Amino acid sequence: MATLTMAKAINTGLRHAMKRDDKVVLMGEDIGKLGGVFRVTDGLQAEFGDMRVVDPPLAESGIVGTAVGMAMRGWRPVVEIQFDGFVYPAFDQIVSQVAKQHYRSAGKTTLSMVIRIPYGGGIGAIEHHSESPEAYFAHTAGLRVISPANPIDAYEMIQQAIAHPDPVIFFEPKRRYWDKAEIDDSVDVMDRPEGYSQLFDARIAREGSDLTLVAYGPMVKTCLEAAAAAANEGLNLEVLDLRSLTPLDFETVVRSVTKTGRMVVVHEAPQFAGIGAEIAARVTEKCFWTMQAPVLRVAGLYMPYPAARVEHAFLPDLDRILDAVDKAMEY
Amino acid sequence: MLTAPDDLIQLLTHEGKRVTHPDFSLDISDDEIRALYRDLFLVRRFDNEATALQRQGELALWAQCQGQEAAQIGAGRALSAGDFVFPSYREHGIAWTRGVDPVQILGMFRGTTNGGWDPYAHNFGLYTVVIGNQCLHAVGYAMAGLRENAGDVVLTCFGDGGSNQGDVSEAFVFAGVYNAPVVFLCQNNQYAISEPNTRQMRVPIYQRSSGFGFPGYRVDGNDVLAMFAVMRFAYEHARSGNGPVLVEAFTYRIGNHTTSDDATRYRDAAEVEYWKERDPILRVKRYLDSVKTPQSFFDEVEAAAEELAVRIRSGARQLADPTLDEMFTNVYSQPHPLVQQEHQEMTEYFAQFGGMQSPHSEGGH
Repeated sequence: MATLTMAKAINTGLRHAMKRDDKVVLMGEDIGKLGGVFRVTDGLQAEFGDMRVVDPPLAESGIVGTAVGMAMRGWRPVVEIQFDGFVYPAFDQIVSQVAKQHYRSAGKTTLSMVIRIPYGGGIGAIEHHSESPEAYFAHTAGLRVISPANPIDAYEMIQQAIAHPDPVIFFEPKRRYWDKAEIDDSVDVMDRPEGYSQLFDARIAREGSDLTLVAYGPMVKTCLEAAAAAANEGLNLEVLDLRSLTPLDFETVVRSVTKTGRMVVVHEAPQFAGIGAEIAARVTEKCFWTMQAPVLRVAGLYMPYPAARVEHAFLPDLDRILDAVDKAMEY
Repeated sequence: MLTAPDDLIQLLTHEGKRVTHPDFSLDISDDEIRALYRDLFLVRRFDNEATALQRQGELALWAQCQGQEAAQIGAGRALSAGDFVFPSYREHGIAWTRGVDPVQILGMFRGTTNGGWDPYAHNFGLYTVVIGNQCLHAVGYAMAGLRENAGDVVLTCFGDGGSNQGDVSEAFVFAGVYNAPVVFLCQNNQYAISEPNTRQMRVPIYQRSSGFGFPGYRVDGNDVLAMFAVMRFAYEHARSGNGPVLVEAFTYRIGNHTTSDDATRYRDAAEVEYWKERDPILRVKRYLDSVKTPQSFFDEVEAAAEELAVRIRSGARQLADPTLDEMFTNVYSQPHPLVQQEHQEMTEYFAQFGGMQSPHSEGGH
């Protein structure tokens, strides 16, 4: 066992995956000697060499496009996009090629690749370094979009994502990179009999009975804090960590909301046409008669990500979540 | 009016006369030239049949390659079996040299598939419609090959329009930095749909490679011998560890961009006539006539073309629409609950009416 930050947990997971499969190649700006701007790949180039940990030219479409070519030859590229707001030059390759090659080729081409994207705000960064673009990718069939919320999941999910045959967009909640947890870091997760079969399952992060908070990535911790605060006021909130946005584990969502009758969905991405809208629509369809209140959403605002000095007003926080909880409870 | 520059690498003039070039030579027999003629002739017949099928409503669209056959046959026939091709969407001639059945190519233009063939069975990737995407795939494929010490080269194709895409420049950067064994073939057919070279570039395309650190050559793209010689050189250059090469095949799109286009709106008939006189097949015919090729050879090629045309016409009409089950297959390689759910819902929905009905059944469109 070791106490690892999320960044170190992903680093250790990457190391396991690289040892497990010689065809795993990491590609990303500054991931070699520097170890990435968040040090997630620290030490890996020294250990595996520059043919397996590649500092490519600074061109995101080029990185993802060449990764597609490598994957077409049976390699398993793991791409790091330096920040959320820098993925858009690669958007065309991801949507037109990564997502569609398998379908276009009637299954002849399988792209086993992972695109890691540090995402989300709350770190006081300049523009383009705090965005949450996950809905763009979840909207595109052919991609799997996942996001761990804690170091243990990060450690396990990165190994499972790399082993999975489909392309996976792996969103890393950058403001949680320094959260710590006890992890048995000797385990190659893919040695377990369940393999990656539970990769897309949602997780009950906290059991409760009065209302379900649904979140993923950086907002899970915020929701757990909100639930702890609500408990002081006698409210027993369930917190559901989706872990995966596509596929989305609606069974677990429906089971929880059937129990609680109330739901608040929380994400940093703008509310409009976000993941919360999809969840609200489906919950309305499946659980209309058991709901005690409409599904409410606490999310980012419909504006460019604002200047860092006011990002606290843009991002869902404990107070805004509890405000929505109160509204849902009053119905 | 656009005319051919006089500095193109050429081994066969448009009058059908073999000439020498200081840097490129080709030791080729007349029998081998006859084999190239056969390729050129059959690919043109395929192209013309596909155009006709579109006019009859059997295809939704066709992207003609008329005028570019020499660039493609030369590039394709100079490849080795283990080499891999990442095409754009007009490389019917290269597909022919890789053994892809022409009928399979018609599938995506008829609307029965988004692909049509197994890329790995032919070492010929699927057509890529988003301009320039495939050049990066080629470089990545070659980068993986370097890690395997594979010894093969990768050919990727784009056009004069495609040369302006960021992905193509990024592919040049990556190929240069990693010394990847990639040959970039730009078929400059002079028009990006309606936009001539003058609206697209300030210097000839082949000169761009120098800025990325590798050589570029401009070839008479209507001369199959020059194309074969230069591409063979380029492949060996890349295969020997010398890195990428850019070849600009200076050619001319005789047909429309696609069957949806109307080139008469943006170019003169006189220009097209000038280039028809420089047709890639005509000049080989002139050469073969000059060396007394018997008429029986041309008769045999004509008969083979007729046979091919019959097969293409019947094959196109027999391309089946995907079933509902097929439509839902291969969105992912592993089960995905949402796809499974929608598959079931649509199956149940259509079951009310006796299954998914095709608006295209009973006599076509």
